[in-house]
Amino acid sequence: MSADAHAAGHAAGHHEEGWFQKYFWSTDHKMIGMQYMFTGMVMALIGGFTVYVFRMQLAFPGISVPGYGRVTASDYNALVTTHGSVMIFWVAMPVLIAALGNFLIPLMIGCDDMVFPRLNRLSYQLFLLSAIILLASFFVQGGAFGGAWTAYPPLSAKPQYNLTPHGASLWLLAVALEFVAFLLGGINFVTTVMNSRAPGMKMFDVPIVVWMIVIASIVFMASVGPLVAGAVMLLFDQNFGTGFFDPAKGGDPVLWQHLFWFFGHPEVYVVLLPAVGIVAEVITTFARKKLFGYKTVLYTAIGTGVLSFFVWAHHQFIAGIDPRMANIFSVTTLLISIPVAEMMFVYIATLYGGTIRMKVPMLWALAFIGEFLLGGVTGIFLGASGSDIYFHDTYFVLAHFHYTFFPIAFISVFSAVTYWFPKMFGRMMNETFGKIHFWGTVIPFNFIFIPLFILGVRGDHRRIYDYQHFPDLMKPGMQDLRVLATLSLVTLIAFQFVFLANFFYSLFWGPKASANPWQSNTLEWVAASPPPHGNFPEGLPTVYRGPYEYNHPDRPEEDYWPQNVAPTGGQ
Amino acid sequence: MAAHRPIATTRSATGIPTGRLAVWWVIASEIVIFGGVLGSYLMHRLGHPEWEHQSVHTNTWIGAFNTLVLLTSSLFAVLAHNAAELKNGKKAANFLMLTCLGALTFMVVKGFEWTHEIQSGFTMQSNMFWSFYYTAAGLHGLHVLAGAIIMLFIAADARKNQELQRVEAIGIYWHFVDIVWVFLFPLLYIAK
Amino acid sequence: MSDTSHPAPAGTAAVAEGHAHVDHTQAYVKIWATLVVLLIISVAGPFLGIRWVTLITAFGIAVVKAYMVAKHFMHIDLERKWILYLVATMLALMAVMVGGVSPDVMQHHGRNWTNVAAQEVVEKGLKEAPAEHGEHGAAPAHGEKP
Repeated sequence: MSADAHAAGHAAGHHEEGWFQKYFWSTDHKMIGMQYMFTGMVMALIGGFTVYVFRMQLAFPGISVPGYGRVTASDYNALVTTHGSVMIFWVAMPVLIAALGNFLIPLMIGCDDMVFPRLNRLSYQLFLLSAIILLASFFVQGGAFGGAWTAYPPLSAKPQYNLTPHGASLWLLAVALEFVAFLLGGINFVTTVMNSRAPGMKMFDVPIVVWMIVIASIVFMASVGPLVAGAVMLLFDQNFGTGFFDPAKGGDPVLWQHLFWFFGHPEVYVVLLPAVGIVAEVITTFARKKLFGYKTVLYTAIGTGVLSFFVWAHHQFIAGIDPRMANIFSVTTLLISIPVAEMMFVYIATLYGGTIRMKVPMLWALAFIGEFLLGGVTGIFLGASGSDIYFHDTYFVLAHFHYTFFPIAFISVFSAVTYWFPKMFGRMMNETFGKIHFWGTVIPFNFIFIPLFILGVRGDHRRIYDYQHFPDLMKPGMQDLRVLATLSLVTLIAFQFVFLANFFYSLFWGPKASANPWQSNTLEWVAASPPPHGNFPEGLPTVYRGPYEYNHPDRPEEDYWPQNVAPTGGQ
Repeated sequence: MAAHRPIATTRSATGIPTGRLAVWWVIASEIVIFGGVLGSYLMHRLGHPEWEHQSVHTNTWIGAFNTLVLLTSSLFAVLAHNAAELKNGKKAANFLMLTCLGALTFMVVKGFEWTHEIQSGFTMQSNMFWSFYYTAAGLHGLHVLAGAIIMLFIAADARKNQELQRVEAIGIYWHFVDIVWVFLFPLLYIAK
Repeated sequence: MSDTSHPAPAGTAAVAEGHAHVDHTQAYVKIWATLVVLLIISVAGPFLGIRWVTLITAFGIAVVKAYMVAKHFMHIDLERKWILYLVATMLALMAVMVGGVSPDVMQHHGRNWTNVAAQEVVEKGLKEAPAEHGEHGAAPAHGEKP
């Protein structure tokens, strides 16, 4: 194809990029993907620090937390707000969607970059700006926003309630800017996948993770609009004296709740779908087996995305919404568990009969399936409005969403990072330290949140900074459970340093990786490790088959069959 | 500057050129943003009949004039697209400039309109109707401004007969902004 | 980033060599004229003073205008079908949102609750006489209560 030859010549004549150009001003999707990833890692440290501080306060009320000091009530509010906001908006979303999407999509569909590279760069810069604005909010008068990541007015609108007026507005600006960055990025992803697939790559030959990121981007795009509108309105309420959410002026605080959750619920599926996609890639590679139901998974994911728009008010069952609405939303919420469970069952069926290679990425993928299932079934109790009346705002909710969010934001991400590290950096991570990190994360994780389930059932309410004020919640054993959760958290955090050490050591001194160390089928493993600018300098690949042809009878010489290998004779 | 057009951008598995495809996705996301604002306004307006005492003060004639301006600018935008299809970059650029002139007119008229309203005491804080009025029209105005600025860049390229396919794309965006106003107009000025 | 050798993309009117694109100026101007006429009707509607007429002329015409712009200017009917479906889906989602939210926000009472603050604001507002009338030149029979 003449265009490809033109590109090859162009790439060869490409001048050497300066340091600034290469690391800060790059339009290369791989570099931008890594920028998102490293930013997300830094923000994860901040999110982790906040939880360490406030859980220490909960376990040992009144102590001076090492590395922080005493935690006042308003400190506590700011810490939990920061923890939630950072983990969702500045860790889960950038890493799962922006980092992996950017890095993987052009490689997996066999092209040389995203369709709009400069828009891509702009998206990252807006995102970085949003992170900086959020961090800046820690240092203004009053400190970081303390109105919870859900920012319900009037708490979030009136400074006399939240005590963090500047932080509140900066938080809103940061979130709004982050939304814009992801809208722009999403358009890039969707357009690229729709238009720039390799010749021969039909719709059902696209790797599942790519579809998942595209569906997630579309769901995000369709759900965030009302919240952008709401954020503008809240910003005006905070700073210009309007009363959009103030009943005394003719507004309605419940409107914010609806606007927020109309986005907030699809949002959790926005982060879930890429995680599920990662697991699909990893288990097929390490079970040497075709995905049990490609179309099932794809259509179920689309169905989940669609259904996710019809369940939002289950976050508001006791907020005073019309009970007839609560009935409807209960039904839809319980229904949505079906497609998600379906996907998990397809994965289990994929594993069955496979030749399992227990490498570190596979361990994480298996852990995802198990832990996420546990989290998901606890959601049933919350989706039924009757039981939710009791459970709402207790630690039961919190443990439920951490049992789902932690696998999404961390377990699947560790699977992805350990799996694609060789492709990204051209080196292998250490397996032994990887396994140590794995067990040191997954076991403590359960010991954090199972106690919190129990505490929730026993009545622990969320967003309380010191349970000693509540005699009902200081019954024997309860404080012990809080301490157990906190100590498990500290253990979990400690083991993350094993990962960081492994990551950075391997980055510079790890054994060099071949192009396809895992013997996988998808196109990113055709490119060199790491891929050069332009990805496929010898020519963009053509695709001949689906992504999961492992142990195919027509290819006895290998137990895998890369997508770009021509059918007549090997290469 | 290492930016060059990637091969990815030239591919078209859907048959739709990438620029136009992307603009439709932009529009999709903008529908929900404006939908959120307008939906919220509508719900409040229907629940607050007393707002008619405020809304009576919007100037239907100015609103109608602005509607005419935007409709005409849309005409110029599609004529620009027509010229681009005929490979006449200069003509396309001229029509785009006329569209931008329409945008400028719209903003100037709105500037006068708002100044007058604010001076009469109808500020964003004076009543919730006005809060919505300024927010909704303001958000729309920002999109008019952004669209016009981008259009200027595209016109500059088109004048040199370059990147003519972008004329259509910015035109589609412009028509969308026009359609938003087509709904804002009756909401705020007629059936108020 | 100029590339004068950029190949012509597959557009709504394929401009392959030798296939002349038709000049649609006349058609576009006619559509514009229709839109202007519709605009005039929608402005005139309230003068009749009948609520339903106003609503139909105002919003019905808005829908018609939007359709005309989408069809004739944006060429949505010449695009791939799914783009139309995409736009329709977004609009449908907005309907879902308004449908799900309005029982709480639009009404000020439900089966077991009353939004006292909002009701008070409404009463207070209705009692106040409207401020100066006709000052802004837009005083048709406009007392449209929704």
